[in-house]
Parts: sequence; C-alpha cells; structure tokens
Amino acid sequence: MAEVMELNYTVSNEDFTRAGEASSDVKKKLKQLGVSPEAIRKVAIALYEGEINMIIHAYGGQIKVTISEEMITLVLADRGPGIADIEKAMQAGYSTAPDKVRSLGFGAGMGLPNMKKNSDTMDIKTELGVGTTVTMTINL
Amino acid sequence: MTVNDILTILDANCIAGKDGLDKEVLTACGSDMMSDVLAFAHTQCVLLTGLCNPQVIRTAEMMDIVAIIFVRGKTPDDTMKAMADEQGLPLLVTPHRMFSSCGKLYEKGLTGGLVDG
Repeated sequence: MAEVMELNYTVSNEDFTRAGEASSDVKKKLKQLGVSPEAIRKVAIALYEGEINMIIHAYGGQIKVTISEEMITLVLADRGPGIADIEKAMQAGYSTAPDKVRSLGFGAGMGLPNMKKNSDTMDIKTELGVGTTVTMTINL
Repeated sequence: MTVNDILTILDANCIAGKDGLDKEVLTACGSDMMSDVLAFAHTQCVLLTGLCNPQVIRTAEMMDIVAIIFVRGKTPDDTMKAMADEQGLPLLVTPHRMFSSCGKLYEKGLTGGLVDG
C-alpha cells in the first residue's frame, strides 16, 4: 500500500488578497509529486473556487487534501451560514455574492458548477447556521 | 504566436515575468470576471482583463495561463509583479481598450478556442 499524504490549511477571510494561497501551495506540491498536469489543473481549479467561496460566504474555514495512489480528496469545511438552496446554488449563473465581491472579479455564479465539472465526485453537506462541508475527489 | 509577438501587436510593455516571453500562445480569453475565466479558459491561453488585483495573478496561476494582458493601461502593483516574477508569468500592459485588443489579436489569427472544448 502506497503512502498516503495529507495537507491541512486554515483559510482566513481577513485578507481577500491572500485568497488562493492554499490552492497555490497544493498545486506546487502536486507538481513536485509528479501528478499529471490534467489532474493538477482539476485540483487547482476546484480547490481555488472552493477557497474563494469559503472567504466570500463563510468567513474562512479548513481545507484538508489527501493524496493517495488512486485519487486526491479535497475536504473544505466551514462554519458559515450554510447554503439555503443547493439546487439553485448549483445552477450556472446563480449567485448570492455581494457587489463588493463582484467588483473583485468573483461572484458570477460559476463556483459550485465549476467545482463539480472539475471533480469526479462532489458531495455537499450543509446546515443553515451551522456550516458547509464540500468533499470532492479527483481520480488519478 | 508567442507572448513576444503579442507585445508588438498590442503596443504593450512587459512589466514583470519576462522569463515567459518566449512561450507559445494557442488561445485567448477576455474577461474582468475571474469566475468566468476559471470556468471557461483553455490551456495555453492568454488572459486579457481590465481587472487589476492579486486574484488575477492567482487565477492565472491556477489555470496555467501563459500571460496576462492588462488593457486600458491598468498597471499592476509591486505585490502583483512579485507574484508574477516568481511564476515566470509575463504581465503586459497595453494602452488599447478591451475590444480593440481582442480584435487586434483575432486579426492575427488568435481565437478563443472551441466552445465547451
């Protein structure tokens, strides 16, 4: 059984300019490990979208990345407000992001659909007032 | 087409990431919405944008974008330039507006790539 590697990050919502630092670090580490460019691209996009979401909607959170021989698992957990209507949130173009976020180039309503598109499985557990945990896997 | 060719076509200046000037460019994406860039940009693509903040550089990093072209003379700050230098990601500044910049590149044979490709 090959070694399983785990990476953990805390995402802070205090400074939007730092958003993406976790995704950037994961991308560099996967490159060092010799993971295929296609898989790295999927992980980078899915994780960055998730990281941005955590900052926009949920005051930050925790990211856990597990790398095994077969797949990469991304778990993004926050204690934010929860997602009121997942079906709507999954529609391309539907967004609840405030104007301030749009002025920074995000909040087009493409985040969750794009995360789904770039992962092989995606599961969302959410409870209003408690938080959201998104788990994605990308096959290797 | 290389990033160097784009410098000439768009009367642009390269203000960071000069290591990447010889890279080959296959497609282009013009948007101020990074959400859309993350959803629609193709590989070996250049990004044309009027948005000027560090998330533009991060988005380019995640998407393996070959170079960023800031239109309408928008000029990145030192933080953005340092991020780009680290990645060898050329930052180009052109005085032309978005529509004209896209048009000039399209005229020289660069396209947006296939829909859903």
